[in-house]
Amino acid sequence: MRIFDPHIHMTSRTTDDYEAMYAAGVRAVVEPAFWLGQPRTTVGSFTDYFNSLLGWEPFRAAQFGIQHHCTIALNPKEANDPRCVEVLDVLPRYLAKDRVVAVGETGYDSMTKEEDEALARQLELAREYALPVLVHTPHRDKATGTRRTVDVVREAGIPPEHVLVDHLNELTVATVADSGCWMGFSIYPKTKMSEDRMVRILREYGTDRMLVDSAADWGSSDPLKTRKTADAMLADGFDADTVDKVMWRNPVAFYGQSGRLDLDELEPGPDAAALYEGNSIRRGGE
Amino acid sequence: MAEHRHMTPEARAWLDETTARIASDGRAIHTAFPAARRHCGRAAADDARARLLLALPLRGEPLAAEVTALYRDGDVSEQRAVLRALPLLDLGDRALPLVHEALRSNDTALVEAAVGPYSARYLDLEAFRQAVLKCVFLDIRLDRVSGLGARADRELARMLTDFAHERVAAGREVPADVWPLVAGFPELLRECGLTGETDSPVPERRAAAARALEAFQNAAGA
Repeated sequence: MRIFDPHIHMTSRTTDDYEAMYAAGVRAVVEPAFWLGQPRTTVGSFTDYFNSLLGWEPFRAAQFGIQHHCTIALNPKEANDPRCVEVLDVLPRYLAKDRVVAVGETGYDSMTKEEDEALARQLELAREYALPVLVHTPHRDKATGTRRTVDVVREAGIPPEHVLVDHLNELTVATVADSGCWMGFSIYPKTKMSEDRMVRILREYGTDRMLVDSAADWGSSDPLKTRKTADAMLADGFDADTVDKVMWRNPVAFYGQSGRLDLDELEPGPDAAALYEGNSIRRGGE
Repeated sequence: MAEHRHMTPEARAWLDETTARIASDGRAIHTAFPAARRHCGRAAADDARARLLLALPLRGEPLAAEVTALYRDGDVSEQRAVLRALPLLDLGDRALPLVHEALRSNDTALVEAAVGPYSARYLDLEAFRQAVLKCVFLDIRLDRVSGLGARADRELARMLTDFAHERVAAGREVPADVWPLVAGFPELLRECGLTGETDSPVPERRAAAARALEAFQNAAGA
């Protein structure tokens, strides 16, 4: 089984996770730019982070046989801090990079006017750079936030097939299904969405424009949730080809719209000889 | 002040000497503020730090600038002490950016300290409702939110019933302390679709809906 995790924050995971993911069938990931737990206060700490998503993290992933791409954006939470908003001015430099396959995560956290402005500017950048957009939906007041997201995307004139609206649940999936946007589901151990609930949603809404991710971030999360959902699909009677569609072909189709997805060098897998600026993490991260 | 009950004579002496030093030169607070917990003990740390802030020979804008710097350079325990001291200081609404920063964090100690009396007085209603929801998500008890009874409104109840419906649709529990805030608006349960979940084809959803409606009835009858 081959798995493409379309939304996973590898920055917060260990090399053991990479190893376990490879063993479970994960061969490609997209890591969206998001917050880092500790709030950032300068543009410089964002650019270091973006450089890490384009440099160190793909290198680390490659050593475990996994292709790593990223999405770049100012996340909605930090868009509320005036010290961080200037990041928007440096985004074009990053959106031009080969391994950036979308603008994201953008969207709403508290639905403030600052978030509105950051979202509007980033949707404009997505149009300008012809990139797909990964949109985060808020934890709080989610149904309202999801409706507003879909409206804003429509008004911005972005083709719906270029937009992935993520972190959906039973009550927000219909809004996005009707909009023509792609539907993302983050499978978590306790919150957001579980494997069994995901299988019920796939039964009800079908498998077109459906993406399943583990998100795996700083909270209680599990980078193998994609595989566990695939297993739950098989156990429920979905065939292997449908599982492959949801877990591989769908994310390839969505991010492939960037024209920048590079999945050629998938094999031979773990490369023990690779060095990144003189460092080998397989050697123990000296 | 109350903190003297928890402090050793050495701690009291340190605090008296340090507040006098800060009163004559405000810059002394930069090293005293982080050290206060070691000198005065964990239980008295917030109160001791409040005394240090009150000793600053500053008011208004310069005081706000100093308090902001202490918050931004502070570790979590210092940040919490700043948030708790806000209602005591002559700041007006100038410390609101710190409250917003704390509410964006996911550290429960900071979020809880940020929903005190200062927020009750200065935070706008939209941000206040978001703060209440954030507490629900972070399992912070809602009785920690200052001024909740006075500021709770129909829109907050609407957000909470939407949240409750989301939890029920996931077959999950709804925290009990949201129901008293919804009790005055029973029609919202039907409007948000929660009542309809009792007919869901999914057994987990039906069961969660029944439990939620029972908890609502208990709160509404209380």
